[in-house]
Amino acid sequence: MTVTTVAELPHERGGSYLTDGTTLASWLLTRDHKRIAILYTLTITAFFFIGGAAAAVIRLNLLTPEGTLVDAETYNRIFTLHGVVMVWLFLVPSIPTTFGNFLIPLMLGAKDLAFPRLNLLSWYLFVASGLIVLAGLIGGSVDTGWTFYEPLSSGYASGALVVVLLGIFVNGFSSILTGLNFVVSIHRLRAPGLTWYRLPIFCWSNYATAVIMMLATPVLAVTLMLVAVEHLWGVGVFDPTHGGDPLLFQHMFWFYSHPAVYIMILPGMGVISEIVPAFARKRLFGYHFVAWSSVAIAVVGFLVWGHHMFVAGESVYAALVFSFLSFIVAVPSAIKVFNWLATLHKGAISFEAPMLYALGFILLFTIGGLTGLFVATLAFDVHATATYFVVAHFHYIMVGGMVSAYFAALHFWWPKATGRLYPESWARFAAILIFFGFNLTFFPQFILGYLGMPRRYHAYPPEFQVWNVLSSAGASVLAAAYLLPLFYLGWSLWRGARAPANPWGATGLEWQTPSPPPSGNFARTPRISRPPYDYPEPAA
Amino acid sequence: MNGGIPFLPQSASSVAGEFDVLFAALLAIALAMLGLVFLLMFRFCAHYRRSNRAVDRTGREKKSWHWEVGWTAGSLIVFLGLYAWGADLYLREHRPPAEATDIYVVGKQWMWKIEHLDGQREINALHVAVGRPVRLVMASQDVIHGFFVPAFRLKQDVVPGRYVTLWFDPDRIGVYRLYCSQFCGTDHAAMDGMVSVMSSGDFQKWLAANATGGSLASRGAALFRRLGCSGCHAPASGVAAPDLAGLYGRRVALRGGGAALADEGFIRDAILEPAKRPPAGYPTVMPSFAGQLDEEQIVALLAYIKALPRSPQ
Repeated sequence: MTVTTVAELPHERGGSYLTDGTTLASWLLTRDHKRIAILYTLTITAFFFIGGAAAAVIRLNLLTPEGTLVDAETYNRIFTLHGVVMVWLFLVPSIPTTFGNFLIPLMLGAKDLAFPRLNLLSWYLFVASGLIVLAGLIGGSVDTGWTFYEPLSSGYASGALVVVLLGIFVNGFSSILTGLNFVVSIHRLRAPGLTWYRLPIFCWSNYATAVIMMLATPVLAVTLMLVAVEHLWGVGVFDPTHGGDPLLFQHMFWFYSHPAVYIMILPGMGVISEIVPAFARKRLFGYHFVAWSSVAIAVVGFLVWGHHMFVAGESVYAALVFSFLSFIVAVPSAIKVFNWLATLHKGAISFEAPMLYALGFILLFTIGGLTGLFVATLAFDVHATATYFVVAHFHYIMVGGMVSAYFAALHFWWPKATGRLYPESWARFAAILIFFGFNLTFFPQFILGYLGMPRRYHAYPPEFQVWNVLSSAGASVLAAAYLLPLFYLGWSLWRGARAPANPWGATGLEWQTPSPPPSGNFARTPRISRPPYDYPEPAA
Repeated sequence: MNGGIPFLPQSASSVAGEFDVLFAALLAIALAMLGLVFLLMFRFCAHYRRSNRAVDRTGREKKSWHWEVGWTAGSLIVFLGLYAWGADLYLREHRPPAEATDIYVVGKQWMWKIEHLDGQREINALHVAVGRPVRLVMASQDVIHGFFVPAFRLKQDVVPGRYVTLWFDPDRIGVYRLYCSQFCGTDHAAMDGMVSVMSSGDFQKWLAANATGGSLASRGAALFRRLGCSGCHAPASGVAAPDLAGLYGRRVALRGGGAALADEGFIRDAILEPAKRPPAGYPTVMPSFAGQLDEEQIVALLAYIKALPRSPQ
């Protein structure tokens, strides 16, 4: 969107949000959305590598059919840790709390989010929840898997279960507060002239995400609290020996956890919708369809939870309805993919690292989405559910998709957030390495699942070894590829070239501010008179 | 389970062939769509790269809605076709033929216990005859387990507190792996076993070699007397208790109106939670046996009650 009256502050003259206050207290008590975004980035990076270390143990253990590295109980605790940490401490907060916090006020032409103190509180809740969860997982012995299925969790797990549940309970409040902040900000803080249809898609997709965060998370909180109550005092809710119903737990758990999948992917789709037009130098194709498809996913996403239960003992008629709705929810995702591709048509495309990550996202997300059709198909799911096929499917969406989008965003907005340029060749190398490492890790798991290897197995029959070894080999490539940015991005903080205000020549209000932006974002409130992604059409 | 790199699972049930056709169709559609995405992406990226100044970039598509409607409708039609296909096979997987033989399965941490009607018992092994449909009636002693035989392309979670069923028609002789597919605690990965599909003759020999003192129903009958059930439910008893002969499969009028089908779950509830769905016309004197019976004993009682012949009237 073209801005008519923004006074640009040259980097040399004014201070930036990074230099306004250098004490530890100035960071820990900050109310600046950009600083809070940095705090979140550091925190979730730590959690990402903790969860990744657990994944490394899993893949090493599965090199041999006997599972020689760790014993069964340790293995079960490790994959529980991997799931809990990756879902609640990395994927759910990943893009909203970092790039959402950093960019939404900038994209709205606002000085900050609507509730800056609440934003800081939500970070403190997040840190506290992370520490509680890790204390429970590492100190105690919780081996239920991240799904806490009943009656295994309340009836058979150790006392540390309650600690972990408490951590996730607290984590939920952090999530709800972030969602609330986004929804109110997008409604109330848009600059003059910034109508809904002039908002970048990143705002639309984070808006849809925020609504899910506010509506679904309380259900998870209630569910986990009931598990804790049942575990501590034997109140029968889910455990049939106390008169409870195990399927009730699954209904309630997936009522949150399926929409949570969209919490994890929608912001990534928002990132891709920013990056593809910027590098194709072309307006996003089908803006209205891309915008509303996020809302459609958020709404229909609430009605598909039963597809996790096709073999769990739910009624055949329920399965028919949930399968149908699962196919329906795939349509808006397909719409997005086709619109991204159409954006490339007649563009003037360049291939810097953010674009490579974005193209990788589109391919991996497409594979993840298409295999989603497989598992939405009732008879196929009977065979494939609870096998490595499902593991591969959701890692294609969550890791191939969401983590690629996260890295795309990290590189795209790195110059804006830090004021430094990252080394381009290293970044391109890492992007390509991630793509190949990822496919080598997870594609063999589709075959394993189709052959019938169940998930969460500490040891497995010898005929599955070939595919497991390939997967573990891929995981080591992937691990190296994920560590690389830590080094070259870290290096660029001190040695990288100074970034100009708009290194990519992108539209978007955030690029109208200096790099890094000043504390108050804009010297004067911008006025918006043009649609987003307003790249000029080439002359005939 | 022979050497080499495996690509396809074995097939040993009547639905496995149909499943594989469905899978082939899914795979073909997925590869076509993925191919389209790959092709368009690489074509556009190569042709419209920024350094390629020779290319014509004018006349960009302005009115996008007919493209949008096109690919939305196209996707929807393909998706609905897949939905109907998968749903049809799923429904047939849930309709056991009338002639299917019942076999009882009890899952517990960390083993599968199998009870044949003729009294044969197995652990982590299941022997069946080729071409004879089997209906598994399954219960769990503790947590949720998952009964999964990849060669049959079938799986069913076994949820504690209820019966679930799974039927299959084994159509190829051989030995196939059985897994627990639902994470059930420490030794989940060790809760596996073998399903042996045998020729009819071999199966008869196996039944004879593994015969026990009596049938499952006769074990149930002994239990029925020992627990004192017969004191009230025997036709000659003076207590007003329902006659159980021919109960299974009948519709039972309930106190407070309505009726319920007397299936396995109904009989189970009547033993463990008699107040849940009391039959019309009888006083509430039936005690609950919850906590006094393990799942194998309940299965024996169930087999006995189901085997009682329908009364002459």
